[in-house]
Amino acid sequence: MDQAHIKYTLSWASLAAMGFILIFVAQMVGLIGHYGITTIALIGINIIAALGLNLVVGISGQFSLGHAGFMAIGAYATALVMEVVPGIIGFILGMAAGIVVSGVIALIVGIPTLRLRGDYLAIATLGFAEIIRIVIMNLKITNGPAGIFGIAPFVSWQLVYIPAVITLIIVVNFVRSMPGRAIIAVRDNEIAAESLGINTTKYKVIAFVTGALFAAMAGSLRASFIQSIAPKDYAFMQSIMILIIIVIGGIGSMSGTVVTAIALGVLDTMLQNFGSLRMVIYAVILIAVMLVRPQGIFGSRELSLKKWLFDEGDGHGSDNTENA
Amino acid sequence: MAQTILKTRDLSIRFGGVTAVDGVNIEAAENELIGLIGPNGAGKTTLFNLLTGVYSPSEGEVLLFDGQQLANVNRQSPAKRARLGVARTFQNIRLFESRTVLENVMIAMNSSTQAHVFSSLFRLPSFYKNEEQLKNEARKLLSIFDMLEVQDTLATNLPYGQQRRLEIVRALATKPKILFLDEPAAGMNPQETADLTRLIKQVQQEFKMTIILIEHDMNLVMAVSERLYVLEYGKLLASGTPLEIQQNADVIRAYLGENNE
Repeated sequence: MDQAHIKYTLSWASLAAMGFILIFVAQMVGLIGHYGITTIALIGINIIAALGLNLVVGISGQFSLGHAGFMAIGAYATALVMEVVPGIIGFILGMAAGIVVSGVIALIVGIPTLRLRGDYLAIATLGFAEIIRIVIMNLKITNGPAGIFGIAPFVSWQLVYIPAVITLIIVVNFVRSMPGRAIIAVRDNEIAAESLGINTTKYKVIAFVTGALFAAMAGSLRASFIQSIAPKDYAFMQSIMILIIIVIGGIGSMSGTVVTAIALGVLDTMLQNFGSLRMVIYAVILIAVMLVRPQGIFGSRELSLKKWLFDEGDGHGSDNTENA
Repeated sequence: MAQTILKTRDLSIRFGGVTAVDGVNIEAAENELIGLIGPNGAGKTTLFNLLTGVYSPSEGEVLLFDGQQLANVNRQSPAKRARLGVARTFQNIRLFESRTVLENVMIAMNSSTQAHVFSSLFRLPSFYKNEEQLKNEARKLLSIFDMLEVQDTLATNLPYGQQRRLEIVRALATKPKILFLDEPAAGMNPQETADLTRLIKQVQQEFKMTIILIEHDMNLVMAVSERLYVLEYGKLLASGTPLEIQQNADVIRAYLGENNE
C-alpha cells in the first residue's frame, strides 16, 4: 500500500468520521430532535438495503424486484430470535440468523431464476417476495398480518451509521476487485465473459446472494429500531422504494445511492407537513429528475475525492473515476 | 508429426429441420494455423460455436487434448473449455464496453489468477500487490500489440480496428492453447487488414498456439493459413494447402457457381 492509497483512504475515513461527529454534535446541542434522529437512522437503513440492491441491479445487471422479501427475512428472524434470547446477544444472534437464512434462500431462489433475463427475472423475484410476505402473513409464529410488537430497541442511529459505512466500504471494494470485475463483465457481455472462462451463473449468484445479505441486515436493523414489524412493511412498495433510490442515484453508482438515499429521506421529512399531498409532490419530483437526468443523478460515475482534494484527475488512478 | 490438440468426429448439429453442420471431421495440430472458409451460411460460425461449447452437438464428438490424451468435451460449457485452453473472438465484436482497455484484458486474466476475496474486501496490502501484478501483466500484453497508449480508453470509444485487436489481446490474456478467430478482418479497410495479417502471424510465432480462422478475405486467408478447410451446406467440401484449395474444382464451383456453357 503506497502513500497515495493511505492518503486517499484516510480522507474518505475522515469524511465518514466528520458525518458521524456532525450528527453527534447536532444532537447534543439540540439541533436535531428525536424526529430528525429517526430520519437519519432510516436513511442509514435504506442506504444499506439500496447498496445491496445496486450490487444486484447496477453491477450485475439483474433486475430484481424482490429486495423487500430479503429484508422481511432479516427483520422476522431478528424479532423471532429476540423473543427467545433476550438482550443484545439476542439481537446479534437474530441479525446473524437473518443474514444466514436470507443468504441460503437467495441461493435457492437465485440458481434457477438468474437464468432468466430482464422482465422475466423481475417478475420471478417479485413473485418470490410475495411468497415470503404471504408465508409470514399466514404463519402462527410470525403473528400473521398483525406482525410482532415490542421488539427490544438496541439500534440507535450510531448502530446504523457504522454498519452503513462498513457496507459502503465492502460494496465499493468488492466492485473494484477481481470478482467485481467478473460480475461487470457478465453484465456487459455474458457470451464474451463465458468465452473467457468466467462462470457466469456463479458470479450472478454471488451478486444476488450478497445483495440479499445486506437486505437482511437492513431489515434486521429496522426491526429493532422501529420496534415493530408487520408483513405490510415488506410489500411490493418497499422493493420499489429501494429501487427508486438506486435509479435516481444512477444505476451502478454507489455514491449516487448514498446521496440519493439521504436526499429522498430529507425530502420525505420536509414533505410531512403537506399531508396527503406529500406523495404527489414526491412523485412529481421523481418524474422531474427522471426527465432531466434519465441516467440518474450520478449516471454510473462515482464521487471522487481524488479529483477534489488531490487534483489528480483520471490519470492512472482509474479505480476512482468510473467514466460513464 | 506434432501433437493433435483438436479433433472432431462426425460432428453434426440440427436446428429443427436444418442440419447446419453435417458430419464434419477436422483436426488441428499444435502451433498450426488453419483457415476455415466457405460461402455465407455454410455453417462456419456454427462449427466454431460447437468447438467452443456455445452449442452441444446433435451427433458426433469434439475432442480436445488435455495434456495426456484427446478427451471428449461435448458436455463442457464454454467457460470450462476456456479453462482447458480454448479462446475465441467474435464475428460481431463483443467487448466489455463500459470498461477500459486495461480492464478488458484484466478481466480475461480472472480465470488464471486466484481471487483473494478477503484481502480485496478489506484492501489488505496483498490486494494492491496482486492488482499491481495483474496490471503489469496486462500492460505487457498490450504493449506487444501497440495498445499501451490507449489502456485507459473505454473499450467502446476505440476505433473499429483497435476494437478487433483488443478482442484478440483479450483472448490471448487467457493463455490459450488454441485460438478461434471469427472473421477478424470483417469491416476492416485494406491497411487494417494488412496490419491484421501481420498480427496473426506474430501471435502464432510469439505465443506458439494453434489458430483457426474464419475469413472471407481470401488474400488474408491464403497468406496466413498453412492448411484450409472448406465448408459448404454444413459439409466439409475440401481440405488442403492454400494452393491445393485454389485449384480444387469443387471449391471453385462452390464459390463461382456451376459452369453451364
